Amino acid sequence: MPIEIENVTYTYMPLTPFERTALRNVSLTIEEGSFTAIAGHTGSGKSTLVQHLNGLLHPTTGRVMVDGADLAAKGKAAKNARCCVGMVFQYPEHQLFEETVAADIAFGPKNMELAEDEIDKRVRDAMEFVDLDYEKYHSVSPFQLSGGQMRRVAIAGVVALKPKYLVLDEPTAGLDPQGRERLLKKIVQLHKKEKVTIVFVSHNMDDIARVADQVVFMNQGEMILKDIPQRAFFEEEKLQAAGLSAPQLVKLLKGLRANGLDVETAAFTVEKGVENILAALRRKRNAD
Amino acid sequence: MEFIQVEDMSHVYYPGQENEHAALKHINLRIKQGEFIAVLGTNGSGKSTLAKHFNALLLPTSGHCYIDGLDTLNTEELWQIRQQVGMVFQNPDNQIIAAVVEDDVAFGPENLGVPPKEIRQRVTESLQAVRMERYRKFAPHLLSGGQKQRIAIAGALAMHTKCLVFDEPTAMLDPIGRTEVLATVKRLHEEAGITIVYITHFMEEAAAADRVLVMDHGEIVEDDTPAKIFIKVDEMKRRGLDVPLAAEVAWRLRRNGIHLPQDILTNEDLVVALCR
Repeated sequence: MPIEIENVTYTYMPLTPFERTALRNVSLTIEEGSFTAIAGHTGSGKSTLVQHLNGLLHPTTGRVMVDGADLAAKGKAAKNARCCVGMVFQYPEHQLFEETVAADIAFGPKNMELAEDEIDKRVRDAMEFVDLDYEKYHSVSPFQLSGGQMRRVAIAGVVALKPKYLVLDEPTAGLDPQGRERLLKKIVQLHKKEKVTIVFVSHNMDDIARVADQVVFMNQGEMILKDIPQRAFFEEEKLQAAGLSAPQLVKLLKGLRANGLDVETAAFTVEKGVENILAALRRKRNAD
Repeated sequence: MEFIQVEDMSHVYYPGQENEHAALKHINLRIKQGEFIAVLGTNGSGKSTLAKHFNALLLPTSGHCYIDGLDTLNTEELWQIRQQVGMVFQNPDNQIIAAVVEDDVAFGPENLGVPPKEIRQRVTESLQAVRMERYRKFAPHLLSGGQKQRIAIAGALAMHTKCLVFDEPTAMLDPIGRTEVLATVKRLHEEAGITIVYITHFMEEAAAADRVLVMDHGEIVEDDTPAKIFIKVDEMKRRGLDVPLAAEVAWRLRRNGIHLPQDILTNEDLVVALCR
């Protein structure tokens, strides 16, 4: 079953002078097995929206249903539903606190009251998943690791919960290009192999274009667009309204097209972009 | 002597302990007054450690770092060094301390004991330089990330700093914020002649610099113009780095037999080359 966001409005500090409506009438369905990317400038409501997905915030009006359970309701069904949505916040490494890597990753599973051997297995699996060697790192303090490694420990802590839905808020910010690429691959793998439903908040349009099958643009608390990337990134006006820009590659191909090279602009990987340019150059040569 | 002169400088964290780590290894580097230098390198390559030596937040464990002729190891000159080199870090929220923009910008000169009248003038000039003058009475938490970073830059400028060191100033910003900050940096470099040291993971940003340093395991392994650095696509990727998109597309096109100039860094460069 999907996550259904139904007419959600959220107002911070209602009935005070600081009252601010951060989400207005947002309705969005996140289908099981989908990969949804959410983009928008700072303050557009992205983070407020994703915090509704596991009940950290409850709508002022409207409701959020996960697997048929209203997250704001009391009782077991709502609690279970909240547990199946894992959340990786921005700069998750700031939330590390345990003395060893293994203890930090085990914290969530322990709270789920799993058996010792199951916890141990989950820690090992999660570490393997994020490419951290168990023997080498399990007893190391997470604070002695590099930034990229700390990020992976933090993500392993969420993966160890085996969430059915995984929400990641800017997971690649501050990582070097290789680290970013590796982490993206891992997320895609989690989606494809483990069938985890992914919600991915990012400022990087090139990344979104490559990995997502549904793109959501937020602006001033409203959802102004929901579409497949192949169409979303060609909605000039909406991109501009949201303070976003097309992926670099699309901009490059559009630039070429605007200057007279008859190139197909729909390409989200460098390989495809180069292929399109070569095809256009061949056509041009044949025509000359 | 150049504005920044680093001689055989090493930095070892936790020396003599079990977790001893040599973050910088025998670095030699000269940066001229007014240069715009980008520093690239993977996480843990020593970029931030190097940058923190430029305003004596860290001191060399061996070798020397001279700023405008002053040795950072000479503790009596620390104040003078720190006035000359301002730093802007990744997280804008960690750098702003006052409840009103103009108070925040005034914080530095106030601590230097600058007379109030001059402080006011410096605040105005600095906010003008980052194009944030109309926000001087605003509360910083109401500003966007890019605007907050520009306030942090203004705070450094109000110290009459000659050099600004940026440590991934755009990592937490949205695309508009990134553009704003980079445009501000370029303008300060071009118009005010401020020396810029700019650490980034965004290759497109590094392409805007005069000179690019590439760090790897505590050493400077490349030191050249962006065009010469970004032509080595294989090598950059092997180091865990990348090149600007246009440079990569050009490189792939060349391998497919398309003749293109060697210095393609931006989308505009490639458009000109292919559509002329």
